[in-house]
Amino acid sequence: MSNGLSDSSVGRKVLMALSGFFLLFFLMQHFVINLFSVISADLFNEISHFMGTNGLIQFVLQPILIFGFLFHLAMGMYLERKNSAARPIKYAMDKPSENSNWMSRNMLITGIMVMLFLALHFYDFWFPEIKTKFIDGDWSGLHNGEFRYWEELHHKFQDIIRVSIYCVAFIFLALHLSHGFQSAFQSVGFNHNKYTPIIKKLGTLYAIIIPFGFIFIALFHYFTQN
Amino acid sequence: MDLTLKVWRQKNREEKGRLETYKVTGISEHASFLEMLDIMNEQLIKEGTEPVAFDHDCREGICGTCSLYINGEAHGPDRKVTTCQLHMRMFKDGETIYIEPWRSAAMPVIKDLIVDRSSFDRIQQSGGFVSVNTSGNTQDANALPIPKMNADKAFDAAACIGCGACVATCKNSSAMLFVAAKVSQFAYLPQGKVEAKQRVLNMVEQMDIEGFGNCTNTGACEVECPKSISIEYIAKMNREFLSASCSSES
Ligand code: HEM
Ligand code: SF4
Ligand code: FES
Repeated sequence: MSNGLSDSSVGRKVLMALSGFFLLFFLMQHFVINLFSVISADLFNEISHFMGTNGLIQFVLQPILIFGFLFHLAMGMYLERKNSAARPIKYAMDKPSENSNWMSRNMLITGIMVMLFLALHFYDFWFPEIKTKFIDGDWSGLHNGEFRYWEELHHKFQDIIRVSIYCVAFIFLALHLSHGFQSAFQSVGFNHNKYTPIIKKLGTLYAIIIPFGFIFIALFHYFTQN
Repeated sequence: MDLTLKVWRQKNREEKGRLETYKVTGISEHASFLEMLDIMNEQLIKEGTEPVAFDHDCREGICGTCSLYINGEAHGPDRKVTTCQLHMRMFKDGETIYIEPWRSAAMPVIKDLIVDRSSFDRIQQSGGFVSVNTSGNTQDANALPIPKMNADKAFDAAACIGCGACVATCKNSSAMLFVAAKVSQFAYLPQGKVEAKQRVLNMVEQMDIEGFGNCTNTGACEVECPKSISIEYIAKMNREFLSASCSSES
């Protein structure tokens, strides 16, 4: 008898949704922190230094986050592989757009685009950060006697190619989330006459505000270079 | 109406199969789609070609056997109908119409447009019933009070005719809408509650064994379902499954 969460189709979808919720929550806090880089360099530096040096965040939450991403990616690929095996012979004539939207049918593609962007993002910020802290052993967060975080961020966004890649990646993320947000609720069994329409609207709002907010931040730094 | 038909022909399970092109002429726009296929078959018999095998029985939208993927959509371009309820006025004179069988690893083609849907039967046999003796001592229906809302929900779920359009149309060949309807029709009623946990676990397990895909909530199934089964039943099944797998007593 199947009763495990990990060995049934329904259970795996629940796990997919839980990892999705987790990533949604992570993305939101990341966005809020980045927003401070627009408002105040000092505040942004303070928060970044706290996030970057707090033991709980660095040694507990960060590994959980990495696991969450890898899990979401691996489970997404696994489900998608099973799904395409479930239809070995395709239709000669198929009109999926008659009954479903593009975003819902291309979660793997939009997700993988986000993943590719993450590779660049890691190269830009995460690897240097890890190197500074764990290889060079420099936890001061200082460069020439001043906090380096805001400067580093600001500096990265002077390159129009990098800014463009960021913008495109966030459009894919917006597409991913415009389906994913409400889908995750359905996957865990949440469907309600009154609340589901609200969740769908919230999902659309989230999928617009957060990705385009990130785009705004990238453009803000690009246009305020001196 | 004159039409060009691209019809899937396949001798048996093993043969690879291919699309054949047939022309039919003088079809009335009031004809049903299956009547049009009857006319095509008569024409093929006259020409000495083996007629196309397709499933049908009631021809009034209740048996669910008339499974055809027509021009890229389960049961064709109309909504809330089975193929037998589809009329030729939905098509244009001179149109080319693709007619294919359901495509799913769990529902392989037996011949031409007919698929083996016994996977649905096995899912039903794994739990889609209530184990009570109903012979001879039937209770008065009103003896068990059931809230109107629950009765309605159970009834709506019970409208599922097992046609398989949800599987056919789903990009993942997922049977979630069908199984959700079958689980929910009992889960809302007191008679069904007794075996509810075991039922949902067994039916989901059987669904997985049969090789249906995983739901990605595209919602295509509820659009193509001839009985308008809503994906809210899929959420209901997910809840039933979650609570059963967290708390099963056996
Ligand atoms: C690492 C790159 C990513 C990949 C490869 C990826 C892949 C996928 C796939 C294939 C699905 C569909 C699974 C299904 O419906 O069965 C999915 C769903 C989802 N993703 Fe992602 N994703 C990625 C990143 C993200 C990010 C960054 C977020 C949020 C910030 C996110 C949030 C979600 C949500 C909420 C769902 C819906 C879960 C559900 O339908 O139950 N994903 N993802
Ligand atoms: S849920 Fe709808 S589409 Fe699926 S088998 Fe039942 S009646 Fe057919
Ligand atoms: S022939 Fe029975 S539903 Fe179409």
